[in-house]
Amino acid sequence: MVEQRGDPGPAFQGDGDVQSPEAAGEEYGKVEGRTQREIIWRRFKRHRLAMAGGVVLILLYVAAIATPWAAPYEYDEIDFAAFNQAPSIEHPMGTDRLGRDEMTRVLYGGRVSLLVGLGVGVFSTLIGTAVGIFSGYYGRLVDVGMMGFVDFLLTLPHVALLLVLGKLFKLTPITITAVIVLLLWPRMARLVRGQVLAVRNQEYVQAAKAIGVPDRKIMVRHILPNVIGVVVVEATLIVALAIILESAASYLGLGIQPPTPSWGNMLTDARDTMTQQPWLTYFPGLMIVITALCVNFLGDGLRDALDPKAVE
Amino acid sequence: MSEAPNGGSHGRPDLGKGGRTSGGSYLLETKNLKMHFPIKAGVLKRTVGHVKAVDGVNLQVREGETLGLVGESGCGKSTLARCVLRLLQPTEGEVLFGGEDILKYDRKRMLRVRRDMQIIFQDPYASLNPRMTVGNIIAEPLRTHKVEGDRKRRVQELLEIVGLNPEHYNRYPHEFSGGQRQRIGVARAVALRPRLIICDEPVSALDVSIQAQVVNLLQDLQKEFGLTYVFIAHDLSVVKHICDRVAVMYLGKIAELADRRGLYGEPRHPYTNALLSAIPIPDPERERERRRIVLVGDVPSPANPPPGCNFHTRCPRAQGYCKEHVPDLMRQEDGPQNGANGADDHRASCFFPVLEGQKIEKPSESTPYRAVE
Repeated sequence: MVEQRGDPGPAFQGDGDVQSPEAAGEEYGKVEGRTQREIIWRRFKRHRLAMAGGVVLILLYVAAIATPWAAPYEYDEIDFAAFNQAPSIEHPMGTDRLGRDEMTRVLYGGRVSLLVGLGVGVFSTLIGTAVGIFSGYYGRLVDVGMMGFVDFLLTLPHVALLLVLGKLFKLTPITITAVIVLLLWPRMARLVRGQVLAVRNQEYVQAAKAIGVPDRKIMVRHILPNVIGVVVVEATLIVALAIILESAASYLGLGIQPPTPSWGNMLTDARDTMTQQPWLTYFPGLMIVITALCVNFLGDGLRDALDPKAVE
Repeated sequence: MSEAPNGGSHGRPDLGKGGRTSGGSYLLETKNLKMHFPIKAGVLKRTVGHVKAVDGVNLQVREGETLGLVGESGCGKSTLARCVLRLLQPTEGEVLFGGEDILKYDRKRMLRVRRDMQIIFQDPYASLNPRMTVGNIIAEPLRTHKVEGDRKRRVQELLEIVGLNPEHYNRYPHEFSGGQRQRIGVARAVALRPRLIICDEPVSALDVSIQAQVVNLLQDLQKEFGLTYVFIAHDLSVVKHICDRVAVMYLGKIAELADRRGLYGEPRHPYTNALLSAIPIPDPERERERRRIVLVGDVPSPANPPPGCNFHTRCPRAQGYCKEHVPDLMRQEDGPQNGANGADDHRASCFFPVLEGQKIEKPSESTPYRAVE
């Protein structure tokens, strides 16, 4: 819209949104409603932080995929001529005590962390949501059985379990993802079940039953869309938690094993020399914080965009 | 019964009111229907008792008529409705739809019956999925029952029938007012052209000015599609306006059942008398002279209903006999509206019914009234 200040004409003249009554009426009759996807996308776009978070995350994932070709050095390329260097032109994030390029290692470490984060997020959400909806919708024995198992899993001490499994299996990014999924999906299941209990007695679910809609479709069409808000938010929390948990496990020497870098084990490496070479802690630490934040912002935006009652 | 209960409801000619009624058979009938909810207590979740929400209800609804179901909150009206639709599985009894007991139906046969019976809920805010567009909500019955044809057009037709703008099919429920939402609920209920619609307090949650519109809409639809209604309400004036026959419920049982004129003109059960005396008269002169029968005490808990007649704790006419004997829903012999085949009989479950000209407070008989049947 063109700035109208100083224009002596009628207040709305020139405003493209306002039409003469007849034209508006004609338009009104013809108007094709927006599709669901367009509506959600429009709402999401208005959420600045979420958009920014999404963009940053996409960049991070693009970087992770492109790393093998784009990284300036090899992650295990030792250069004793240049160890413990502060950030410079050649080494934008400095080098560690073996002269390995810190930026290269942050990029490779990101591959592990982002893979674990995404994998854990997707699988925990799928399993947890499915179990939660089933348990809450059917109730009775199904509920007692499933929630009993969930409670059992929730009582498992995370770090102790990682310790045991680390002794039994070789911890690769895939196995560590599986272990963290095992630890985190029960959170989702518990949360979703609680929401489903509230939703399933709503009259619109009763109405669907009266129509004869099969249980499977009631769960997909009526229950799921009404718990999706908490699912999305919890999913982002789980992604952030998974990245942090992987970092913690690697920090304790139970996760990804050197020389393969992950943000967590890079922090471990940097622990002893934190005062002398602070950049070695800053960069992996910063990446963990940025990723977790972006995922949370994205979740906020998605939750609001998926809520039809949100004010445009 | 000449027609199968699941005979295709689509493409079938719209018969006029009562056009298919053959004498002595009913579209819907409940026989000794009971819904007892277990009360669980303690760590082991032992059943320590039952809430007798519906406790032995016998009702008959004929095709094309509107049966009103009135009573206080918590008397079991809505539970009864949900049992009839099998949203709850009753503890005991039968629900006959078109002569067949649908409680024994398996999933597949039940699905076919669902085409013919629908429900309109009380709360237009809770009965529409906030995440679905109006178009999807109304199309859901069509989709579920695989109705062929242009569904979008059909949905728009339905929107028009209930008095909404057909262009609004892509909007969400929260964009509508209470009355409009209830119209959406009505559109969903009539989408499959059912034979029976259970209206569970369809206007109680609406503004008085909107109530009339929705009631009129329901009446128009009944005329147009030959619908049968079970109309649940606690507003006796609305029921008087729309219903052919009225059943009064108290504590899970039918207290009185009669056609409209009989029930409003000559109520026999003391409870009905008390209810009717509570209707305000829109005339200040007469309103001042109106005598109200005020019942003492609260409705007893349905978990522990009184022995004998369940109304005796509050009944101004109760005698010793009432505390020990349970009255049946007895035919009122001299009921003015008694029909030829017994369907329209004035019935009340009271040993000392209020006969014409009697005052409610003084029980004038000491011999209990008995049905002759």
